[in-house]
Amino acid sequence: MKIVTCIKRVPDTEARLKIAAGRDIDAAGLKFIISPYDEFAVEAALQLREAKGGGEVIVVSVGEAAAAEQLRAALALGADRAVLLEAPPTLDGLVTARALAAELKDANADLYLFGMKAADDDQQQVGPMVAELLGLPCVTVVAELELGDGKILCHREVEGGIEVVEAPLPAVVTITKGKYEPRYPSLKGIMAAKKKPLEEKEAAAGPSRVRLLDLSHPPERPPGKVVGQGADAVPELLRLLREEAKAL
Amino acid sequence: MTHATEEQQQVRELAREFAERELRPHVERWDREWALDASVLPALAELGFFGMLAPEEYGGMGFDLPTYVGALEELAWGEPTVALTLSIHSAFAVSLLLRHGSVEQQQRWLGPLARGEVLGCLALSEPGAGSDAAAVQTLARREGPGWVMSGTKKWVTNGRIAGLAVVLARTDEPPGSRGAKGIGAFLVPTESVGYDVGEREHTMGLRPAEVVTVQLRDVRLGPEALLGDASAGFVYAMQGLDVGRLGIAAQAVGIAQAALEHAVAYAGEREQFGQKLRTFEGMQFKLADMAARVDAARALVAWAAATPSTRASSAAKLFASETAMWVTTQAVQVFGGYGYMRDYPVEKLMRDAKATEIYEGTNEIQRVIIARELYRGA
Repeated sequence: MKIVTCIKRVPDTEARLKIAAGRDIDAAGLKFIISPYDEFAVEAALQLREAKGGGEVIVVSVGEAAAAEQLRAALALGADRAVLLEAPPTLDGLVTARALAAELKDANADLYLFGMKAADDDQQQVGPMVAELLGLPCVTVVAELELGDGKILCHREVEGGIEVVEAPLPAVVTITKGKYEPRYPSLKGIMAAKKKPLEEKEAAAGPSRVRLLDLSHPPERPPGKVVGQGADAVPELLRLLREEAKAL
Repeated sequence: MTHATEEQQQVRELAREFAERELRPHVERWDREWALDASVLPALAELGFFGMLAPEEYGGMGFDLPTYVGALEELAWGEPTVALTLSIHSAFAVSLLLRHGSVEQQQRWLGPLARGEVLGCLALSEPGAGSDAAAVQTLARREGPGWVMSGTKKWVTNGRIAGLAVVLARTDEPPGSRGAKGIGAFLVPTESVGYDVGEREHTMGLRPAEVVTVQLRDVRLGPEALLGDASAGFVYAMQGLDVGRLGIAAQAVGIAQAALEHAVAYAGEREQFGQKLRTFEGMQFKLADMAARVDAARALVAWAAATPSTRASSAAKLFASETAMWVTTQAVQVFGGYGYMRDYPVEKLMRDAKATEIYEGTNEIQRVIIARELYRGA
């Protein structure tokens, strides 16, 4: 069983982001992590490999040279080898997807896993686009996977229920929060990661056609309002919720 | 510190993440219940923390001391007793076996110690042998090819849950005739008949760690129990303490860092006289002094780990423990009345910090050692 998991380097989701003058995120002193949904995908790959009693988990990232740090973190978690496709950051999902597809078209993997979306730009594009470019079936927003004979069963969390769908392998699956709570890397894993192969090469990335024009923090929330105290305040509260907040 | 390798950084991050998610949320309850949850040490064993100083061929990590102290600091930031337990295990069981154990002894113990299947502890202190450690009276009498051990050991941290106790006992005849040169170090399996665990101490802080008295009642040991030279146990104990004190120093930095962070957060939120505490210059000076001392202690511990020596270990332990005591006391002061209450986390850190000024050699003893080293060879 050969599983490719694609991951992205993103700012720590708990970090307080500052916007630099050049209208992009100020990376100075910022901690970067594997995008959390991608981390679920790595965990899913590791669990599938363990359930199968063997196989190979390859982690791939398109990004700047610094993304090697996140690939090594995935190797420390247990992935077998890593490929970094170096390219400048882009908001054009198709540029990233093409770079990945060019690398993966001859990978002959059974499964291609992605996080359902990147934690930084939230676009949910790359997984499905890679599936399209590779001509593979794609199942998105999957909380749990089960391997069948030449196929994969995917549990999807849909509005108000759980949907189980099946796709033949090879397939592309995007993972959401569900069964795959990421493990800690072990100290052994950290030591072993240094010796695992990490291939770095130029990505086959075309020009980006989507440009960032402006980035700003959301407007500050207006301060809360104290309507009154005790039971007497309830009618006024209800009126405001209905007429002003339109919450009722 | 300033040149932490990527590996040191990753190990630190793992320890910090574990501390944040698995230790921090429970420390108040563990302090109240006098025990860690049973799952904590096995989880640390699974991740490899029991084997930090054990070589790779025994399933350990073979870490250098700078990597090791970084991990201990972060774990102590979460729960200081966890760092204490790992420090004792690493300094006195793992590193002494590595340094003085025979091949057979290493093969028997290092694997299980590195994997955390066996926890190591130290039985050195006695009712009449504290700072004067060479005054131990526990006897190891030769009998046939082996030994029979009898005596009372005090303040044995983890004496009940450990599987292996490193015990210092007199081997000279008549007992006491050779002073510090009449002591051997023994590897005593705690399952041995006659290794009896007595009363638990009621400690001021570090409450999740169990500190007990151990009675050794004619414990029969084979020749394989003796570590190295039968007259060199005291020297081995001092060598173990050189590593142990680095661990205590790292633990103290973790405690101080935790107290600093709590104080910074509180002063950033709490308002008095219509403004945040952090806007008062008196508060700013206090927080700045706390931060600078923590930085200095961490740098000293990193230096001592990178260039290990008796003097460096003693200096790191002395300075870091006094930093921890001072910083935690200031943190309680920052919290004011709330700081004195059990509901807030800083009074516990102050209680925990006090131990670091006392155990593994009081700070008075550290000063004696440093002064002696200053005149070494003079």
